[in-house]
Amino acid sequence: MEPSVLLLHVFNGLVNGAFYALLSLGLAVIFGMLRVVNFMHGALYMLGAFGAYILLQEVGIGFGLALILAPLLVGMLGMLLERLLLRHLYALDPLYNLLLTFGLTLFLQDGMRLFFGIQGQPYGTPGWLRGAVDLGVVVYPTYRLFVIGFSLLVCVLVWYALERTRLGMVVRAATERPDLTRALGINVDRWITPVFGFGAALAALAGVLAAPMRNVSPLMGADLIITVFAVVVIGGLGSILGSVVAGFLVGVVTALGALFYPALANTLVFILMALVLLLRPAGLFGNPEAS
Amino acid sequence: MPLLLLFGGLLLALPHLVYPVLALDLLLWGLFAMALDLLLGYVGLLSFGHAAFWGTSAYTSALLAKAGLPFPLAVLGGVGVTTLLATAIGFLSIRRQGIYFAMVTLAFAQMVYYIANELRSLTGGENGVQGVPRTLWGLDLSNPLAFYYAALPLVALGFFLAWRTVRSPFGHVLIAVREEEARAQALGYPTTRFKFLDFLLSAGLSALAGGLYALNHGFVALEVVHWSTSGLVVMMAILGGIGTLWGGLLGAAVVLLLRDWLSAWTDAWGVATGIIFVLVVLGFRQGIWGSLIRMWQHRRQAIPKS
Repeated sequence: MEPSVLLLHVFNGLVNGAFYALLSLGLAVIFGMLRVVNFMHGALYMLGAFGAYILLQEVGIGFGLALILAPLLVGMLGMLLERLLLRHLYALDPLYNLLLTFGLTLFLQDGMRLFFGIQGQPYGTPGWLRGAVDLGVVVYPTYRLFVIGFSLLVCVLVWYALERTRLGMVVRAATERPDLTRALGINVDRWITPVFGFGAALAALAGVLAAPMRNVSPLMGADLIITVFAVVVIGGLGSILGSVVAGFLVGVVTALGALFYPALANTLVFILMALVLLLRPAGLFGNPEAS
Repeated sequence: MPLLLLFGGLLLALPHLVYPVLALDLLLWGLFAMALDLLLGYVGLLSFGHAAFWGTSAYTSALLAKAGLPFPLAVLGGVGVTTLLATAIGFLSIRRQGIYFAMVTLAFAQMVYYIANELRSLTGGENGVQGVPRTLWGLDLSNPLAFYYAALPLVALGFFLAWRTVRSPFGHVLIAVREEEARAQALGYPTTRFKFLDFLLSAGLSALAGGLYALNHGFVALEVVHWSTSGLVVMMAILGGIGTLWGGLLGAAVVLLLRDWLSAWTDAWGVATGIIFVLVVLGFRQGIWGSLIRMWQHRRQAIPKS
């Protein structure tokens, strides 16, 4: 096989991986702080894409500004839902939050379908990212390179904020031992809503990035979220580093796997998950004791 | 005993109260919800991937029936194939707990969904399997009412198996595992094996229901293996009341009758389902059956002992 073909698939895998990484990172942040497996994450991704679409169609706001505004709006919606609904279930089994967000997913998806229909809406590639870049070995679309680079940048920034700043220290401490953190005089509850909003915004950010590549449609996040769940199991639930590394890794491995056995394209991620469960049940970066 | 007679009478009269296809659907989804509750309510494991078992059996039974098998054998084939699948999925996921178990079962079910979509020559992909006959050694069961009564013994067998399991020593160990797994282990019970067997039983009963569901409608759509099907059955079980077994039947009846009624004047079924889901999880976690039992217990306590 030609190296350029191979490299092309590696890049395609990285693009998919960029979406997996952003989504599973948001899930990890939310799970870490709130112990909530946010089923709604795929729907928030879809809302991010629709946010960009509506901002362009109705308000005339372009891609660059939508990349900031849409996640901000979806993040606010996330905070609202957290305050109104999720909050009441923290004392109970985490399963109830999974179920609640499942119900919200059905509501959001079907609600958008009623307004926009099931058909996808087109969203053009922004002018400044059109065309392709010659990388020597391959020529690759500029926009897709931007997606890889931008999501990597976001992942690194989030990692830095969580691991190297005082804010991150508080969030991590509250994640590990909320009772002890409270005893040290830190108001843990104050952080819960913003952290949920931030996770939701990350999902929406992935959605805006997806808008010019994939059709904007109510069900665009429906099957993606399950794939991301598999990615999260592979990376180790709640692990920040694991979610990002597993995201890109799964993207590349499945793209290459599909190149050799196209029939496996959609199922390879679940086969990987089964393998990881057999060999390392806590996930690649998970803490075996914690699970 | 009078309760049993009342229940039996209701089963016999049901297809005359609502139209026969819906009547059998109520029982099948009810059995499906009861099967899910055998896991969720009795060992505390939330499977979010039970559509894989319901759907695999639906496809297998439909294909076997098309190959000319009488319907009970076709369904039995569906149960057999599904139990094999459940052995693999159960082996990989049973050691996981809580949300982790939910996510893993969900992911495996999605794998089954993609495979079903991929095997177009067998499953018809998005077109589904059409024109599934239902025969019983020369008997014509194309009349929905006739099929209801032909399928009833199988459904009743499923109910009986679930009920017997819960009342058996095996069922009591399951509850012990749910309440405190470490203690059950200390008492010498191989808890993982108990959970695994329960998983197989739950999948088998889901398969029995799923196979009959395919025959009841005469076709199988890809929807039977979609995750929304897994979610719907979870909602039925919770609405009925977790850990009550019979609640599942009640939950299924409420959801299906509501859908039947709503579909007459709106297509916003997803929005409605979502709202019900949220309301049930937020404020009605004991479910219908669970609340009734609780009310009854309160009344009994209120009566002073003489």
